[in-house]
Amino acid sequence: MKMVTAIIQPKRLDSVRQALSEINVTGVTATEVKGFGRQKGHTELYRGAEFVVEFLPKVKIEIAITKEQLDEVIESITSACKINGGKIGDGKIFVSSLEQVVRIRTGESGPDAV
Amino acid sequence: MENQIFELQYAIDTFYFLVMGALVMWMAAGFSMLEAGLVRTKNTAEILTKNIGLFAIACTMYMVYGYDLMYGGGALLSGISGQGETYSNASDFYFQVVFVATSMSIVSGAVAERMKLFSFFAFAVIFTTIIYPLEGSWTWGGASVFGLYSLSDFGFYDFAGSGIVHMAGAAAALAGVLLLGPRKGKYDEAGNSKPILGANLPLATLGTFILWMGWFGFNGGSVLAMASKESADAVAMVFVNTNAAAAGGVIAALLLAKIWFGKADLTMALNGALAGLVAITAGPDTPSALVATLIGAVGGIIVVLSIVWFDRKLRIDDPVGAISVHGVVGLWGLLAVPLTNSDVTFSAQLIGALTIFVWVFVASGLVWYALKSIIGIRVSPEEEEDGVDLTECGLEAYPEFVSK
Repeated sequence: MKMVTAIIQPKRLDSVRQALSEINVTGVTATEVKGFGRQKGHTELYRGAEFVVEFLPKVKIEIAITKEQLDEVIESITSACKINGGKIGDGKIFVSSLEQVVRIRTGESGPDAV
Repeated sequence: MENQIFELQYAIDTFYFLVMGALVMWMAAGFSMLEAGLVRTKNTAEILTKNIGLFAIACTMYMVYGYDLMYGGGALLSGISGQGETYSNASDFYFQVVFVATSMSIVSGAVAERMKLFSFFAFAVIFTTIIYPLEGSWTWGGASVFGLYSLSDFGFYDFAGSGIVHMAGAAAALAGVLLLGPRKGKYDEAGNSKPILGANLPLATLGTFILWMGWFGFNGGSVLAMASKESADAVAMVFVNTNAAAAGGVIAALLLAKIWFGKADLTMALNGALAGLVAITAGPDTPSALVATLIGAVGGIIVVLSIVWFDRKLRIDDPVGAISVHGVVGLWGLLAVPLTNSDVTFSAQLIGALTIFVWVFVASGLVWYALKSIIGIRVSPEEEEDGVDLTECGLEAYPEFVSK
């Protein structure tokens, strides 16, 4: 089992959710976060003075899946977030292995619970 | 018959005075919303407390002694009977008292986010009892300046108070800010200005619109009469010009911001509206609507330049731009009067402006200094970081939404 954590642009959350439903990913957790990468924030203007917003609003999504689904999920998130050839700030996907999953209601565990 | 007509005129003028006074009173709401919108969330409840507190102090202290100092009539309004010459005496007090409150409101925005609440209130007591009423007595009250000279001899003209109300408030604010210093984090070690973002621009915009509306009472009411064809015509022209100048101020400030900064800066547009209004206040009775628009537009240009100049060059931290809007543009308003009013000279306006500024700045400076020495005027750095809502008022304006 794998845990996929992706940091994406907030405006892409809806299309990512839709793309994941299409490949039968049944659960996603999204968190509003702030951060920066190579994009390094952006400048805004207040009363004539420019300033850098260093931490930009992002959305972090976490998805628990089976090993077999991994390539499809990565492809799905990537295509939903990479618009017009992609640009800096589109986000990043982290994959880690997942030791155990338990569905609380039924007590199922392992891949059946994903 | 003649007596009935007089009574009708008396009733109409009194009624007009009271309604215009109520409009000016509503400007207190405008200042509150504007200032609440331009400070950070952690300082919102405190600035609202400051605004409603200063309004009450102004009303009370002006009743106790200020009105007597400015116009006579006895302390505690003891000498005021109901009957006046063309309108009720009490309506005159009511109309005047809301102007004092307006002048004091100007100070609260400039010292926002770092001043001790009760030091501010202590200053408000002195300002509304003595500092403002004394300069008011030299101008609208007709008294001589410490027995030395009389501004009316020069022909000084300030219709509704660009100088007497607005520049006076700004002079008191400037003296306070100089002794108070900038907000923590406003300037870095190299002295570069760091923007501190206002938390709620919809509120700031609402406040500006409320002030714009209240200004019809401020300038329109200053015609002091309504019950004759001449005064009705004058009132209508004052309304038209007041509105035109505000519009001119917005357009000019917005265009300058777009050209200079590359973006349509909302807070500058809001300050532009107020600058237009302050600019026309000294003489809304004589210009044509087009000239009033231009006077307002020049105010809109001046305010943008002045805000940037105070902020980056002089490093005077004025969170809402009050010193620029009311002080620098107030001076422009006074100097613009001779352009359309041939009875008024530039020298008279300059002498009047200097008299008001020097008195209010020096007297306020002394009071601020005394307060600073005795009880302190600034909260501690820790209190400032935590926000004065918690440390001065013990509550938060937005308890379910806390940021930095």
